Amino acid sequence: MTDVAIGLTVNGQPVEVSIEPRLTLATLLRRHLRLTGTHIGCEHGVCGACTVIVDGDAVRSCLVFAVQADGTEVTTIEGLARGEDLSPLQAAFQKHHALQCGFCTPGILTTMHALLNEEPNPSEDRIRDVLSGNICRCTGYLPIVEAVLEAAAAYRKEARS
Amino acid sequence: MNTFVGLPLERLEDNRLLRGKATFVDDIMLEGMVYMAILRSPVAHGRIVRVDLTRAREMDGVVAAFGGSDFDALPKIPLRLAPVEGVARFLQRPIARDKVRFVGEPMAVVIATTPELAEDALELIEIEIDPLPAVVDWTTASAPSALLFEENNTNVTARYTVCEGDMTKAFTAATYTRREVFYCHRHTALPMETRGLVAAWNETESRMRIWGSTKVLWFNRKATAEALGLELDQVHMLGTDIGGGFGVRGEIYPEDFLVPFVARKIGRPVKWIEDRREHLMATNHSREISCDLEIACSREGLILGLRGIVYGDMGAYTRTNGGIVPVRAAQFLIGPYRIPALEFDVAIFVSNKTPVGTYRGPGRFEANFFRERLMDMAANDLGIDAADFRRINLIREDELPYSTGKLVPYEKPFIYDTGNYQAALERVLEAIGYDRLRDLNGQEIDGRRHGVGLTCFVECSGGGAKENSRVVLENDGTISVHTGCSMIGQGLETALTQLAADTLGIQMSHIRVHNASTEDLDEGFGTFASRGAIKGGNAVVDGVKNFIEEITRFASEVIGRAANDLQWKNCAITAHDGTVLYDLPELAKHAAARQRVVEANGSYLSTDLTFSYGAHAAYVAVDPRTGAVEVLDYYAAEDIGVAINPMVVHGQLIGAIVQGLGGAFLDHLIYDKDGQFLTGTLADYLVPTATDFPKVRGESYGEKLASTNPLGVKGAGEGGIVGVAGAVANAVAAALRPIDVKITSLPLSPPRIWNSITDAANQVSSS
Repeated sequence: MTDVAIGLTVNGQPVEVSIEPRLTLATLLRRHLRLTGTHIGCEHGVCGACTVIVDGDAVRSCLVFAVQADGTEVTTIEGLARGEDLSPLQAAFQKHHALQCGFCTPGILTTMHALLNEEPNPSEDRIRDVLSGNICRCTGYLPIVEAVLEAAAAYRKEARS
Repeated sequence: MNTFVGLPLERLEDNRLLRGKATFVDDIMLEGMVYMAILRSPVAHGRIVRVDLTRAREMDGVVAAFGGSDFDALPKIPLRLAPVEGVARFLQRPIARDKVRFVGEPMAVVIATTPELAEDALELIEIEIDPLPAVVDWTTASAPSALLFEENNTNVTARYTVCEGDMTKAFTAATYTRREVFYCHRHTALPMETRGLVAAWNETESRMRIWGSTKVLWFNRKATAEALGLELDQVHMLGTDIGGGFGVRGEIYPEDFLVPFVARKIGRPVKWIEDRREHLMATNHSREISCDLEIACSREGLILGLRGIVYGDMGAYTRTNGGIVPVRAAQFLIGPYRIPALEFDVAIFVSNKTPVGTYRGPGRFEANFFRERLMDMAANDLGIDAADFRRINLIREDELPYSTGKLVPYEKPFIYDTGNYQAALERVLEAIGYDRLRDLNGQEIDGRRHGVGLTCFVECSGGGAKENSRVVLENDGTISVHTGCSMIGQGLETALTQLAADTLGIQMSHIRVHNASTEDLDEGFGTFASRGAIKGGNAVVDGVKNFIEEITRFASEVIGRAANDLQWKNCAITAHDGTVLYDLPELAKHAAARQRVVEANGSYLSTDLTFSYGAHAAYVAVDPRTGAVEVLDYYAAEDIGVAINPMVVHGQLIGAIVQGLGGAFLDHLIYDKDGQFLTGTLADYLVPTATDFPKVRGESYGEKLASTNPLGVKGAGEGGIVGVAGAVANAVAAALRPIDVKITSLPLSPPRIWNSITDAANQVSSS
């Protein structure tokens, strides 16, 4: 199959790449760009582990062809921290023990980051609703909800300024 | 003096995991690496007529393709545990040869330059299978119209009986008996990371390196070396980050032999990553046990005897875990209760389904459900409150240590060492508000019937006698700790660092605990049965103590003063008056200059187990119109002895409860009567999501320390799951008691509950 040339921005960096049209955005990120923080858990859009942010929306990178991401701005887990410091959301996850094995965590962080950017004051029910598209087998979700509720304050502050 | 042990410290592993900088097996990329895909049987039982690889081999991008006969040099998957007499006759070849025995069994492999091309090539393999009748349960297995292994002339892999006390006397003296048949459905762990392996054969060094193995690396190394005809030191298992273990990951599976075998054969590194559909049909299943159980009681509710038959459906083959799941189910039927007469017949059989192995709380989840459900029926029949019934029968503190008797043919009797079982129950009753809730049992409130249910449990941990450690002074003055325990995501890296730092009396930042790897440690054991803190923890403490002696000895050499003039204090070698002579970076420099490695080995050896214990309570509302159950409140308490990191063990408890709730209500691996597998996606196989069980509470506490290890730890990974099915089933039964619904089988899914309600209503109307 002929490769297709695409251009996109990943974590603020411009990327030009030629890729087979049948390959997913997840494969582009992991195999071609070696951004292995995005994890593949089911490849059929249920578990949410591969979630990245495309033009502001949380998107399952296993359900998007790489060529569909042409011209978009993509943020992955590697793009969340602020340099040396963990982002407020990441720090809240650590504080509340909202991860154990950490395999689902990148997808959950990106999903919650996209939510809080849009809705910096979500209720617990709203968080649970949005989070229900991501599977975690370790934590039982309770500490994740606590962490997101706490981190929301930082997003509200940012939204005000 | 403990500075760090006992504190709820943030985890060291989090930083890399939160940044996406961890290294899971699929993140390993090697030069020249190629990818394996596996053709799996689409039918449950049949004779292989033809496997034609011609077209697959001709496809562009395909490096090689192999069928069953290409792997004749490989042995069967070995038995690691529970060698109950008979089970070893049913071991699995790594690839099907003449017959297939379950949907998902490997039949051929393709190696290609990309994973996509390897999968494409699978489509070009032509197969022909003559189907045979499928064995799907005890009835079809015991009336063998079809034998899985003709040469064994039976589908029953093992059968044994264990007994303690005088059963005839118990049932003669009893004024009350009841017998019921219970069923725990097939489900499994479903870690978020599927299995995967990377194997690289280095021809020059004549050495095989394997990434992706975990749990019991040294056993796996030995088995792999034997399978490949290599010496032990020619095979190495390297640790990676692990996306959840829960028992199913890290055993020797067919792929653990196929991948390195092919890597050596073709002389290129080979990666195989299981996809989710493969995972659901190829990674161990668990839990499918039925139990015909009978209880004998006095009029006052004292249990006099418990007897029954445990039927363990093991799927198509005996895997590494042998008969452990039904063995433990029978053994744990006694629970934390004083039961003078016990008799269990255990029947272990094969069926045309995915093989079974351990899943968090193996046998316990099932046994506690069977026993606690029957106890509630007995209590209700006798007019005794469910909590009182348990209070009467729980082993009292003054009866400990308590021997359960020999309930496993190949093991010594269990000795429950320390505990206060009543106190654990009272904690849970108080926390859930039992006295108030029991008045709501069966009441209809806003259209839903409410109920509260209980379970008490004992959990044993710390199997596997020995663990090892190695403590090394690195060139930069930090201290590396190596252990045989794999870090499977449960926080062990942090907990072991806390222990090492306290033993050394230094800050945790000076220490790095490494994931298990056979290149770093000559001998080790592994992580299972909540043994990481027990066996790994005590081994690390021993290694660190030896390291303190070693570094003092080394300093005495450097300084030229007798070792007993020196002491290890405040992260340095000091004189007795406290004067600092050398700190760690200085000692590291001296070691480097002398080309000396300052290191010490440690170990911990004990065949004694630990026994944590506790209780669970569930409060539910059942909608009789739909069969849907809402868990309104859940509380579990477990005495785990010493908590090295209370935050970590609390996370284990809560996470395990929710996983158990999934097991009780949602997770269900379903086969049809032909053995066809029906739940191959996450849209079919349901696990808890964030909206399912929002109200879950619990406490891991330390009241009675373990008497069997120096740290006093009891293991903390499984107590949260073992009581869940019993507690919620009892709660649902209590809610539906006024309409005579009998709850004896899992899962408690809406259609099944609704059917039970409808059946009960039909019985009433027809009588």
